[in-house]
Amino acid sequence: MTNPVTTATAATKDESGGTLSFYGIWLIAAVALVVLPLIFSSGGSLTSFSLIGISIIFALSYNILLGQTGLLSFGHAVQYGLGGFLAVHMMNAVASYDWPIPLPVIPLIGGIGGLAFATLVGWVMTKRAGTVFAMISLGIGELVASSSLILRSVFGGESGITTDRTALPHIFGWTFGPQLQVYYLIAFWVMISAIAMYALTRTPLGRICNAVRDNPERVEFIGYDPHVVRYFAYMFAGFFAGIAGGLTAINFEIANSAYLGATQSGLVLFAAFIGGTAYFFGPILGAILVTYLQLGLTNVTSVWQLYFGIIFIGIVMFAPGGIAGILMKHRPLIRARTLGTVIPSYLVAALPTLALVLGIILSIETVARYTASEGEGNVINLVGIPFVATAPTTWAVAVVLVVGGFLIARVTWRRVAEAWDRAATVARDRGYLA
Amino acid sequence: MAELIVISTLNGILFGMLLFLLSSGLTVIFSMMGVLNFAHASFYMLGAFFGYQLTRWIGFWPALVLAPLLVGAVGMAVERYGLRNTHKHGHVAELLLTFGLAFAIEEIVSMIWGKSPMDYRIPAALDFPAFTVFSTNYPAYKIFMLVVSVVIFVALLITLKRTRVGLIVQAALTHPSMVGHLGHNVGRVFMLVFGVGSALAGLAGVIAGPSLVTQSDMAALLGPILFVVIVFGGLGSLPGAFIASLLIGLIQTFAVALNGSLASVFGPLDPSLGPSPLTDIWNVTIAQVAPILPYVLLVLVLIFRPMGLLGTRES
Amino acid sequence: MHRLIVAAAALAMLGGTASAQDSLKIGYIDPLSGGGASVGEGGLKTFQYLADELNAKGGILGHKVEIVPMDNKTNPQESLVQAQKAVDAGIHYLTQGNGSSVGAALEDFVTKNNSRNPGKEVLYFNYAAVDPSMTNEKCSYWHFRWDANSDIKMEALTNYMKGQPSIKKVYLINMDYSFGQSVRTEARKMLGEKRPDIQIVGDELHPMLKVTDFSPYIAKIKASGADTVVTGNWGQDFALLLKAAADAGLKVNWYTYYAGGAGGPTAIKQTGLDHQVFQISEGIPNSGNKAAMELEKDFRAKANMSLWYPRAVNEMRMFKAAAEKANSIDPVKVAAALEDMKYEVLDGGEGIMRKDDHQFLQPIYISSFGTLADKAKEPFDEENTGWGWHLVSKIETANATVPTTCKMKRP
Repeated sequence: MTNPVTTATAATKDESGGTLSFYGIWLIAAVALVVLPLIFSSGGSLTSFSLIGISIIFALSYNILLGQTGLLSFGHAVQYGLGGFLAVHMMNAVASYDWPIPLPVIPLIGGIGGLAFATLVGWVMTKRAGTVFAMISLGIGELVASSSLILRSVFGGESGITTDRTALPHIFGWTFGPQLQVYYLIAFWVMISAIAMYALTRTPLGRICNAVRDNPERVEFIGYDPHVVRYFAYMFAGFFAGIAGGLTAINFEIANSAYLGATQSGLVLFAAFIGGTAYFFGPILGAILVTYLQLGLTNVTSVWQLYFGIIFIGIVMFAPGGIAGILMKHRPLIRARTLGTVIPSYLVAALPTLALVLGIILSIETVARYTASEGEGNVINLVGIPFVATAPTTWAVAVVLVVGGFLIARVTWRRVAEAWDRAATVARDRGYLA
Repeated sequence: MAELIVISTLNGILFGMLLFLLSSGLTVIFSMMGVLNFAHASFYMLGAFFGYQLTRWIGFWPALVLAPLLVGAVGMAVERYGLRNTHKHGHVAELLLTFGLAFAIEEIVSMIWGKSPMDYRIPAALDFPAFTVFSTNYPAYKIFMLVVSVVIFVALLITLKRTRVGLIVQAALTHPSMVGHLGHNVGRVFMLVFGVGSALAGLAGVIAGPSLVTQSDMAALLGPILFVVIVFGGLGSLPGAFIASLLIGLIQTFAVALNGSLASVFGPLDPSLGPSPLTDIWNVTIAQVAPILPYVLLVLVLIFRPMGLLGTRES
Repeated sequence: MHRLIVAAAALAMLGGTASAQDSLKIGYIDPLSGGGASVGEGGLKTFQYLADELNAKGGILGHKVEIVPMDNKTNPQESLVQAQKAVDAGIHYLTQGNGSSVGAALEDFVTKNNSRNPGKEVLYFNYAAVDPSMTNEKCSYWHFRWDANSDIKMEALTNYMKGQPSIKKVYLINMDYSFGQSVRTEARKMLGEKRPDIQIVGDELHPMLKVTDFSPYIAKIKASGADTVVTGNWGQDFALLLKAAADAGLKVNWYTYYAGGAGGPTAIKQTGLDHQVFQISEGIPNSGNKAAMELEKDFRAKANMSLWYPRAVNEMRMFKAAAEKANSIDPVKVAAALEDMKYEVLDGGEGIMRKDDHQFLQPIYISSFGTLADKAKEPFDEENTGWGWHLVSKIETANATVPTTCKMKRP
């Protein structure tokens, strides 16, 4: 089939690049996944890598909906959670009936669970796009999460259902007891799923999804039913979310109703959006960042949710393309070799911006510590300098940093914009920027 | 039984009117700007906390006026400096902005006031039983809440039907782009509408705070129900929102009041069957499923009538 | 300060290396952000206070005790991540209390971890997760519980109610989750055995932490003609329930598990139910025990809160005693020493860590909340209300014991 609609994804642009570098990227990714645990071998890093791997699959599956088909879902965790539950039940069944099914196949069962539910409700849900879809996904999400607490025999109430991943038949002598083996299992599925989802973007279905996102009327004119296309996208997204859910079940050996909840749905939206939904690799960046923040930030500050909210608002307002969008903006400049003219203005802008960010952090922490009950530590350690939350000097420093940083940053960012325009003009002249 | 019906009806209407105070603002904002404001329930929470704080400083009655105004100002600032700049990136970006905002507001509130419930009391002047139905007291404060809600409802109706601003708003409900073409300062109207909508949510917070709970998770508790109300009633339809609010208020109250499960109607299942989803469903009472009923309604309505009860536009 | 320590610890863990120190670390896994944070922060202060107390006397076998706060947001998965982090950082003792769902997940985690990683054993000290299944069908050798589980509390409560002829019609209202359900089933069963004349006029399960207005439920209680309500509700579900009861003018006696939790006393004072709300617990501030009341006073002065968890005191002091008995801080040896260990509890009376299921059996107190008649004997009020807990009855250990079905798998 010829490509009937021009799309704005990275996929099309990549065709101009060499196939060699294309396969090279995937090869590097695979090697990195294998080598990573050898470099960072502590248990803590293994746990983090495993969680990041899972959330990469989850965020990529979400992007089939949001980025590719333009469906904003507030209930994506439903498929993820149901996949996890099916995987856990399957693992328990395999262990008790001695079926010859090894653990590495279990995520596929999770995927089938996600797919089955998506197939069931998807037809009705995807009738409409836009706000109606967003609301119905929210409704279904709440409905399933609440029902899971009522159907105790299936979902195990709020304590959930536990399983033992080592009780399944072993292959190659791997018990999957140690976290390292689980990591490699996850890494394997990350590779498979990422390749499959990337391939999906290159199929006619993937392309027509983009068309449905951009202009459903025209899709109808050329003989496709946007509803059917959305339905298929929804099923694929459900399948991969189910795989992520199955992997989570293997990693934690437990599935409970928190899997299905709004928090989980919100986090995947965060990850995909912060990473950037317009490019395939965007959600990967987002998943890495959000998971890392979740693991690290929660230990440093009690108001981590606020930072999440602020980062999110910042991205929505100033960089709706996400991190991937920011990075890809520089691509034509690099090709046209004009990036060098922008960098000095970046460096100038960096200092006041950093001051502004530090000022905001200091203000937030000051307020948080000041209002927190006694006994809470009220010394803030910012870039190695201790600040006492109750001291007026701290407040003064915070105000100076925020106000001063903001005023100067505004000027310097105007400079950046000017430098950018000049560089972009040159790039356009050289034919690298449309 | 009659006692239960009277009390439940009163409670249902009261909860419904509260929902309407919130959903009216949300509906008008959505119709005009196409933005489904995820942070709307957060404004309700801000209202309750501002109300609590101002009550401690200057008393309940000044707080009743001041707190909603403050919330309205916050709402206008959000529109002016947030949404207006995001508008060019499309509705999804706007929706996500309010989503992030809801997150941030919840955390700011719990940062300042903590996570425990506030000791936000009913003003002494209203702390007495208004009347007694059979043997149950009905608190005067609830009657006060009901009166405030009805007054606001009537005022809103008059404003929409009789004033020039109301005319513009009404026009914008059905023909949003046409209003702009007619040369009205759409930006200012938007800001005003957003401010008034937030102020209404804030007012609901101030009056509901002492009666219900004033806590940093109150927005998250109410938020999803609010969306059910406006989608159920029909996006962009004020009468729809009104009917849906009352209906959901009554359904939730009455579902709680009713006992009964499949087991109580058809008799218990054979215990030899063991635990299964069937026994779970068989034994669950109507009261237990009360909080999920709105979502069941939402899903049903979206399946059979995607524009909602009285809606005219699909999205 | 603790956050900085954790920050450093977190960075070290993510970076890879965790330095071994001479201190004895206890991982405190409970909510420190989100909805449950107020409760979690309270527990953290309690444990830090108790660690300071032990350290002032030379720590445990010369090791300084250090509480490492780990935020789990009341989420089981998050708790497992934190538990894994703790294990990776060389922590051998975990303590947790909030949420039976978290408790069950952690219990499962330590069992699996200890069987898979011999030499890296972890003990789980449970100070508040009261789901009976944790010491029955799901019991684990590596889990020790200092709080009385909900069945034991109900046993003690019904033993008290047995002697109250004024109780005739009982209404049960509970949160719809495993704890609430076990309260209702046990209440029905035990009351049926001990006081068959008592009528259960209502048995309600309501959704957990989702109800904003309890007046419909109160209308039902009122219509049922109940004179006594038994509830396991906690947090906002308790405060809101009482608020609605006061609004409707419902005058009944309340038998509760968690009326003393944050916000509870304030809510009771607002409703004006003087000595009509009873709580069943393993210790009370105005117990009359001199040592306990001095500790309460010191704790209130230092931590600016009342001692919610007398059981935490028992837990930490018994930990020290067990380590000294074993002459080691090796978790395997400490676990062996804890079994069947007898200990004089904070408020007086002997408790025992039952070997069969690792449930601590101890005296249980029933107290009522209201005006304090004698300020000299009962000096402590709650949440600045002027009202406090008054001892109504002490149930001795023998009357606060239920058999276990645990088939303990020993290593």
